[in-house]
Amino acid sequence: MFVKQISIYLENVKGSLREITQLLGDNNIDLKALSIADTMSFGIVRCIVAEEQIEKTMEILREHGNIAKVNNVICVCIPDKPSGLSKVLTLIEDAGISIEYTYSFYKNTGDNAVLIIRPSEKRRTVAVLSENGIQMLNQAEIDKI
Amino acid sequence: MEKKHLIYNPEMECIDREKLKAIQGQRLRETVKLTYENVPLFRKRMDEKGVKPEDIKSVDDIVLLPFTEKTDLRDEFPFGLLAAPKSEIVRIQGSSGTTGKPIVSGYTENDVEVWTEMVARSLAGAGCGKDDIVQVCYGYGLFTGGLGAHQGATRLGAMVIPMSSGNTQRQIMMMKELGSTILCCTPSYATYLGETIRDMGLDPKKDLKLKAGVFGAEPWTEEMRKRIEELLDIDACDIYGLTEIAGPGVAFECLEKKGMHVNEDHVIPEIIDPVTEKQLPYETPGELVFTTITKTGMPMIRYRTHDICTLYVDKCECGRTLVRMGRITGRTDDMIVIRGVNVFPSQIESVLVKTNGVAPHYVLVVDRVNSTDTLEVKVELTEDMFSDTVAHIEEVKNYIAGEIKSVVGVQAKISLVPPKSLPRSEGKAKRVIDNRKL
Repeated sequence: MFVKQISIYLENVKGSLREITQLLGDNNIDLKALSIADTMSFGIVRCIVAEEQIEKTMEILREHGNIAKVNNVICVCIPDKPSGLSKVLTLIEDAGISIEYTYSFYKNTGDNAVLIIRPSEKRRTVAVLSENGIQMLNQAEIDKI
Repeated sequence: MEKKHLIYNPEMECIDREKLKAIQGQRLRETVKLTYENVPLFRKRMDEKGVKPEDIKSVDDIVLLPFTEKTDLRDEFPFGLLAAPKSEIVRIQGSSGTTGKPIVSGYTENDVEVWTEMVARSLAGAGCGKDDIVQVCYGYGLFTGGLGAHQGATRLGAMVIPMSSGNTQRQIMMMKELGSTILCCTPSYATYLGETIRDMGLDPKKDLKLKAGVFGAEPWTEEMRKRIEELLDIDACDIYGLTEIAGPGVAFECLEKKGMHVNEDHVIPEIIDPVTEKQLPYETPGELVFTTITKTGMPMIRYRTHDICTLYVDKCECGRTLVRMGRITGRTDDMIVIRGVNVFPSQIESVLVKTNGVAPHYVLVVDRVNSTDTLEVKVELTEDMFSDTVAHIEEVKNYIAGEIKSVVGVQAKISLVPPKSLPRSEGKAKRVIDNRKL
């Protein structure tokens, strides 16, 4: 029940985010979701692309001297109304799992917001959420968004 | 596994040390006499000290002699230190590119011969013989690396590929197509070659025939050796030398890799305290000083290298009795003093290479902010170090900073820079940028 995310190291230099997005855009890579972690000295771009584009994206990034990695995250559907997110987070917290980061998709599906979650324990999070009837999307479903 | 040691000149390289001392004493007396009679600067210094050539009776009397400094070579540039008539000089070699006035050394036919023998011994030490194909990627020219390795390999009857430095793609193509077995270059270039070979998807085990490398012209570490040996699947041996004394081959490592054998029948090594200038016993670190005892063009008496190392006299497994010098652990002159602490770039390098996933390419930036010295260590980020969480990358940085603090004693700021963004030097790597206005 995981989806693949690409993380890219970003130097804390003017124009570096534009360069990465331009590089991907020029190569027809469609970013479905994106977030940036920023620190004093560097940043990390995290993004989701269609599965069929992952390999190509990584190749392009490496060819241009970027450091990038693919890892698994969880994609959760959350009712698009107040308290929708906090209910899901409470379930995770009650299970004693912490969250490293979260961000959302640009587009919604029906009445749901689509959220990426990177918990400290991925498998157990999936188990907790399924037990409580929270809908999660797999890679094939993501690709359709 | 039992190593097979090739020794080019066993009579000298495995000589009884008492016999060696007698030969050194004889050759030292001749050299001092020759230099005193022909080099005004040396004669003046001897006279000032009240020492006569006749006072030098054995090798132990070397401590009576005055030192020679690099500045002497600059001041007497180009021919002031020649002990032979200019007509006897058959070769000029020079320093590898320091700023200002260059340093040159004049070689008689005898000196070229002596140097060639020393390099031949060095290459044989790494297992090179007649059947080998030696790829020389040291620069050819005034710099002694290229021609030195070339002459030594030729002496052994090996096949030489005089590539000179640069053009990495072509180096690798020739290495593959001609089946080079011995590589001669700087250790930083060897690392770069290895990385490029791996990036090209080549497997040295299958695609190349390299068996050993003889790497010198800049200091390196044990960790760097491991990395080069893994990248290229070879034995990596160290070689040491300096133009002032002869060139590469003054000292060399055998396949035991336990320090570099000094060619003591041609040069006498000493270790001194750089401050008191007193000679130190074996196994004590200090500044390395050389005296040439067979050169006739530009003999050097007690030449201060400013390189810091240790000499070991115990017999080597390879059978050679020649003294071994340990790795150069720093320089008395390019040592950087940060907040009163002596820091050698090689110490920082050893920390980096020990850290998993860190490439051994780095630059140290020293600055002074609000009257306090700051040290920034720029390190190239690799995929092994990278992760999707900030916490993980911060951990790697903190780990490196902690290790540097414990090894060097100075707090450093670690900056991760994109891969391959730091300069790769094909000569001596520039590792320190000092922005302080001292």
